[in-house]
Amino acid sequence: MSHDTLPRPRPPKTEERPPVPPVPPRRRHWTKRANPLAGLGSVVWLAVVLVPIYAMLSASLTSQDKALTGNPLSPPTSPTLDNYNTVLNSGFGHLLSNTAIVAVSVVAIVLGLSLPLAYVAVRTRNRWSGLAFRLFLLGVAIPAQAVVVPLYLLIAKLDLYDSLLAVILPTAAFAMPVSVLVLVGTLRDVSEELYEAMALDGASPQRMLFQLAVPMAKGGISTVVIFSALQAWNGFLFPLIFTQSDGPRVLTLGLFNYVSQFGVNIPALLASVVLSGVPIFAVYLVARRALIGGLMGVGGK
Amino acid sequence: MSAPSPTKAPAEDRAAEHGGPEEPRRPKGPGSSAVGRPHAAWALPGVLFFTFFAVVPMGLAFYLSFTAWDGLGDPRPVGLDNWRKLLDDDRMVQSLWLTVLLTAASWVFQTVIALLLGVWAAGRQRNRAILSAVFFVPFLLSSTAIALLFYALLDPNFGIIRENILGSSNGAFLAIVFIGAWQFIPFHTLIYQGGARQIPEVLYQAAAIDGAGRYRQFFSITLPQLRHTITTSTVLLVVGSLTYFETVLILTKGGPGTDTAILPYLMYEAGFKSYDFGYASAIASFLVLTATGLSLVLVRLTGFGHMRSTREGM
Repeated sequence: MSHDTLPRPRPPKTEERPPVPPVPPRRRHWTKRANPLAGLGSVVWLAVVLVPIYAMLSASLTSQDKALTGNPLSPPTSPTLDNYNTVLNSGFGHLLSNTAIVAVSVVAIVLGLSLPLAYVAVRTRNRWSGLAFRLFLLGVAIPAQAVVVPLYLLIAKLDLYDSLLAVILPTAAFAMPVSVLVLVGTLRDVSEELYEAMALDGASPQRMLFQLAVPMAKGGISTVVIFSALQAWNGFLFPLIFTQSDGPRVLTLGLFNYVSQFGVNIPALLASVVLSGVPIFAVYLVARRALIGGLMGVGGK
Repeated sequence: MSAPSPTKAPAEDRAAEHGGPEEPRRPKGPGSSAVGRPHAAWALPGVLFFTFFAVVPMGLAFYLSFTAWDGLGDPRPVGLDNWRKLLDDDRMVQSLWLTVLLTAASWVFQTVIALLLGVWAAGRQRNRAILSAVFFVPFLLSSTAIALLFYALLDPNFGIIRENILGSSNGAFLAIVFIGAWQFIPFHTLIYQGGARQIPEVLYQAAAIDGAGRYRQFFSITLPQLRHTITTSTVLLVVGSLTYFETVLILTKGGPGTDTAILPYLMYEAGFKSYDFGYASAIASFLVLTATGLSLVLVRLTGFGHMRSTREGM
């Protein structure tokens, strides 16, 4: 259907580094000349990105009465951490630990189920494994919104309503399609010769998975881990509909409730938004390469 | 969609030939070499799990659309009632139109900006790397957090623009388009950046020798070479923009009036506010049909089914 007319040079198979085409580095002469228009555009976008973030940080450090009189774009005159204290004292830790439990469980389930599945899809010549792969290809298009009513029925019948499991299980299921696609993509790049060599040595399929495929597919696996963790961390619809009480409440739902709890206390509201972003931002700083490398691969065809 | 593994066959034949005397003793089907290959049953837990929590509910949604159910007791079959109601509902027509409009506006806005930013960021100077890292930050916040952030920034008493933007239909609609763009452009920029980096350098060198300028190069090389990337991004964007639910729920509650009540929001209201789960299921089924229809068309038209191979060489 889509045959490339031009042969693409295949970059060397390194795992963690970003894709570097096999041409020596001093080659981008055409980008060396300044491009004022693009430069200007990128600065404009920088402002679009940063102004709301700046306004949020600055307002979260301002007392409520000052926030209502001052302009949110002017720097806070007497910064205070009161808003953060208010949020932290209103059960934020509980929300955070619930969310962490959900994220870790979702990642474990997604990886535990997707990895063997992708391995089978790549390594087995069974008609069924091809069908399984197609199922997940189509699964990418199922919007979670569309199945939330029947899921509500299922969750209620399973007696899981208002528990963390009610959030974990559907979230994991809906993180699977993309994970399977990414893992199949990476596992496909492990060369057949290596498998053959191991097979000749009498290795079992399990051993090949853990001693060959997994180490070679580290890049894809980290993408899947980060992506499904992000999805679990940011999920809103499933917690909104499948939980009710304070016990299993997660961060996003807690934020949503702060709107009514803090009412017009917008600085406190913004402090809670900042706090909710801190853990993800920390992970981003550590795992930036894996995340960006994995997502960039989606576009490189 | 193509067969799952057209490129693998030769390697497998080789594997069969080299199996040699060490072939396992157990009986094999014709032409198969099971040496060191996992049993297909390994895929079963994943398939069952996904089927139970995603595929079965999809079928169930369709079934429930033919019933009346208030969330308690058991669903009661009512035939085509919900679907008839759906076709007669003026709000549904408005909602569908809004959803389409929102998707189209988001596509234009996000694709143009993300494409330009991505191609620009594909260059390798240091400042670009740093800027790209900053550009990515909004994507890390949850939709809920972003909706709350703009809820505060658009508040007429507190915010940056002290006007009641969310109180006007156009203002609320544009706010949702903008917030979606703010959140998702970073993601699409990254996709385009990855795509642009894979364009062979020789093409630009040849064009430069022929005297093509920067803009000529962009339109004659970069854009055509990025067509698969544009497809990938478009599919993700279209399916994704059917789900701007959090933003609408937190920011406008579908208002003013019903002027931002997109399909998922209408479904949520029918189900979890009015407890009319049968009708909600009809809307949901309609949403599934729209989404799968759209993706199938896009997949057919563009070969998105090849997505699995897009990471080759990473």
